[in-house]
Amino acid sequence: MIVGKRKPFEEIKEMLKKYKKILNVGCGTCISVCLTGGEKEVKILNAELEMARKLEENPIELGASCVERQCDREFLAELDPIVEDYEAILSMACGVGIQFLAERFPEKPVLPAVDTSGLAVNQDVGWYEERCRSCSSCVLAWTGGICPVTLCAKGLYNGPCGGTDKGSCEIDKDQPCAWYMIYERLAGQKRLDCITNIQAPNEWEDQVPRTLLHHGYKKRNHSDKN
Amino acid sequence: MKSGSNLEKILKAGHFAFTGELGPPRGTSAEEVRKKAAHLKGKVDAVNITDNQTAVVRMASWAACIILIQEGLEPNYQMVCRDRNRLAMQADILGAYAHGIRNMLCLSGDHCKFGDHPHAKGVFDIDSMQLIQMVKKMRDEGKFLSGSELEEPPKIFIGAAANPFADPFEWRVHRLAKKINAGVDFIQSQCIYNMEKFQEWIKQSNEMGLTEKVYILAGVTPMKSVGMAKYMKNNVPGMDVPDEIINRLKGVDKKKQGDEGIKIACEQIEQFKEMKGVSGVHLMAIEWEHKVPEITERAKVLPRPQVD
Repeated sequence: MIVGKRKPFEEIKEMLKKYKKILNVGCGTCISVCLTGGEKEVKILNAELEMARKLEENPIELGASCVERQCDREFLAELDPIVEDYEAILSMACGVGIQFLAERFPEKPVLPAVDTSGLAVNQDVGWYEERCRSCSSCVLAWTGGICPVTLCAKGLYNGPCGGTDKGSCEIDKDQPCAWYMIYERLAGQKRLDCITNIQAPNEWEDQVPRTLLHHGYKKRNHSDKN
Repeated sequence: MKSGSNLEKILKAGHFAFTGELGPPRGTSAEEVRKKAAHLKGKVDAVNITDNQTAVVRMASWAACIILIQEGLEPNYQMVCRDRNRLAMQADILGAYAHGIRNMLCLSGDHCKFGDHPHAKGVFDIDSMQLIQMVKKMRDEGKFLSGSELEEPPKIFIGAAANPFADPFEWRVHRLAKKINAGVDFIQSQCIYNMEKFQEWIKQSNEMGLTEKVYILAGVTPMKSVGMAKYMKNNVPGMDVPDEIINRLKGVDKKKQGDEGIKIACEQIEQFKEMKGVSGVHLMAIEWEHKVPEITERAKVLPRPQVD
């Protein structure tokens, strides 16, 4: 799923300082599951903002909403009737959701309350680890199911480098070396031949905005917003 | 001859090669490069010029290389994958060759986190293995990485690093084999302190026939003090400093520790001269360039051979 971290409170407060009436919109999918921007977090942030602005004698009126997914047009439609009442919108979704919200209401300032940190696994409650950089050319078949693009700090295709230290990455003792793990897993599966050949330079597909259009589908016109 | 560089000639003629290293300044002083170079002149076969070593900004490696050529020394141009993409790398290789640079050392580079701009974006468009392949393609096929033709190919003697002390040890010899397949001509190893482990790695390399396909230069860095030894042991990634080295330095008066460090280095060099599969030594006297004349004298590697 996509995970993110709420921006520091002071930064959010600064962004909102000239507005008196704000709609805070959460997202009920990934960002809610990672305990950052769901219904509950919207309420908490609103309470904090309300209190802080009251103390500053600059009260703010805050609306709260949480749509199922901010990256989906049909769920954003719910906001159409209420957005007009607000000066600006604060989004607690990931970067994708924030942008789609801004696209739907181009006349309103849409502000981010979250810093998106990546595509991650749910290791435990409140603990998420990045696993994919969505590079568009997956190499997991020959790296034992471990992504060197994401987990090697240098993104090496032919690792490990000389900085591996007792299985740790040179950047941090607590960060496992991706290539050490790849070696161990492939050795265990007797598949070291997967990494004896030199992997050619990647042809980076992520240097332009990517669009996915499945075979048999068309780009439809959404001028009616639905 | 692949490049006709002095280093290549010396190795090809079967001499025991001896290379040095010079770190460019954190500023614009050509004079500083010249001063350091003066200590190395006539004492080594080629001089590695580091490329933003430890991810700290310094004068560009190619620029310091040119100063070295002006001073009559042969540079070994180090290039890391951290700071530039494939376009910039190929452009720099062409420019370097045009200025007379004939040796290159292809490296991944230390992570930005260690340096003076810890949050810089690490490029790593290609890695060190792919960089070796790219230089070879430019040299032998006269083609850029993209496959398009280039005029007057750069005849570069291609080097790379090897660290037998980093994990997993069993894979290190295979990684060397990969670098040979990529097209490397010579290897300069990480600083060696654990002789036993290095010997084991060389033994494996000999058994796999790798030392017949590549020249291996053993990396030597004399310890200046116990403090340096402890720092290397605890803070430098992939460094293996056995306690016996630290204890030996501790065993002498503080003022004599540098001397003891040189003594240890010279003993190592004597062993490398006799070690099957080792073609030379790469001396990394870090910020100790002025000691190189003394070290080379004591290591009995002077005068340096002349090969035409």
